[in-house]
Amino acid sequence: MPKEITERDQQYWSTNLRLIIICLAIWAFVSYGLGLLLRPLFMGIHIGGADLGFWFAQQGSIFTFLALIVFYAWRMNKLDDEFGLED
Amino acid sequence: MSQFTINLIFVLGSFAIYTWIAVWARARSTREFYIAGGEVHPTMNGMATAADWLSAASFISVAGLISVGYVNSAFIMGWTGGYVLLATLLAPYLRRFGTYTVPDFVGKRYDSKVARVVAVLCLIIISLTYVIGQMTGAGVAFARFLEVKVSTGLLISSVVVFAYAVLGGMKGVTYTQVAQYIVLILAFLTPAVYLSLMVTGHFLPQTGFIGAHAESGTPMLMKLNEVVRDLGFQDYTADVSNKWNMFLFTLTLMVGTAGLPHVIIRFFTVPNIKDARRSAAWALVFIALFYTTAPVVAAMGRMNLLDNIYPNGVHEPSLSYEERPQWFKNWEETGLLKFEDKNGDGRIQFYNDGTLPTPNKSFVAPEGWAGNELTVNNDILVLALPEIANMPGWIIGLIAAGGVSLPPCQPRPV
Repeated sequence: MPKEITERDQQYWSTNLRLIIICLAIWAFVSYGLGLLLRPLFMGIHIGGADLGFWFAQQGSIFTFLALIVFYAWRMNKLDDEFGLED
Repeated sequence: MSQFTINLIFVLGSFAIYTWIAVWARARSTREFYIAGGEVHPTMNGMATAADWLSAASFISVAGLISVGYVNSAFIMGWTGGYVLLATLLAPYLRRFGTYTVPDFVGKRYDSKVARVVAVLCLIIISLTYVIGQMTGAGVAFARFLEVKVSTGLLISSVVVFAYAVLGGMKGVTYTQVAQYIVLILAFLTPAVYLSLMVTGHFLPQTGFIGAHAESGTPMLMKLNEVVRDLGFQDYTADVSNKWNMFLFTLTLMVGTAGLPHVIIRFFTVPNIKDARRSAAWALVFIALFYTTAPVVAAMGRMNLLDNIYPNGVHEPSLSYEERPQWFKNWEETGLLKFEDKNGDGRIQFYNDGTLPTPNKSFVAPEGWAGNELTVNNDILVLALPEIANMPGWIIGLIAAGGVSLPPCQPRPV
């Protein structure tokens, strides 16, 4: 018999979903946004010999991805502790 | 000691280490064979995932691929961004199922034999395609550093792969890959640091990338733009006209990365779900080390190659074929570098006559040039870099070891 879904479970899941949505929004903004589609808007901002968009496409997006994954892992592991979840 | 001997020492030395580890950590039970006993430390697991993902093919080809210019940034973002999807949408949930293989998981999740068979078919297609690329890369590396033909190099790499396949098992593979990652990243970072110091004076390639060109004082990327523009290529940093094409391509690569079975399987080999999350983070740390350096090697490597063909600047006579350096002859032998004297002046004119990717439409070739005379395979950008930039012999040996580091680690359960 599958376990009944409690309010607590729903709370855990909605926190998880919110985190995922935030992470993926930033993920899309730095790569598809700054690095690609929005690049023409920021041609005036220079980083070294290139514009902001070029730098994000070749370096900045990777640094951001890394920060996102580390943040998500840390936050979710903490959430698991708060809800007393182990697998 | 000759370069060939140095290369041989590095290549055989690294293989001795891999073999020793493979034997030491060989699987002793079914659980160890499929998921390394499910007790790999997340840092180690991240490193093994990175080795898996990078592999010899990336080591050899990625920088060459990116050196075309901004348009190929799709590869950089695509092959790293997929990990965000993997870490948030896939890895933690896969871990909860407690299966051994990807088809196992699919079959159980959807409670269907048909789904399982479809998963197996997909795996075979993905793995075959993947292995073709990997084997070609290893073949090229073996060919150059053991001084044999590319087809012979391919045969050698097949034999090595087969030998290691017999040892098999996820446990042996995981720990061998940790060693492979270390060899690979050292072989990639060492020449990158050397190149960055040479071109910009920056120790960190990532800051050299946005730093100034040491010789002229102009920012490195601007200098590169000038050089390629004067040779009929589009600016290195030029934007693309078809944004949506690049957008969809990047998206495809990201989703594809998140779905690769040999990466997914990695989340079965750690003890618990928390470690699965940590492991995804570690994997990207190790992958980012490579992928933030690759664009630097691409830009500076391209500049360095052009500097060698036009030692006195692009408006002065280019390198004479008679006086071509040793590295040029070495790579001519592999067939990856070809020269054809179209205008018969004995000099090497390397420029975009409209037949190469990303031409500069307003470029007019100087009088007497009769078309591009040099064909450069992008794969040699990394492998030939230490020779072109006159780096010491041990760096060339290290690159050789990195280039052939793939075979021991490919075949294993997914």
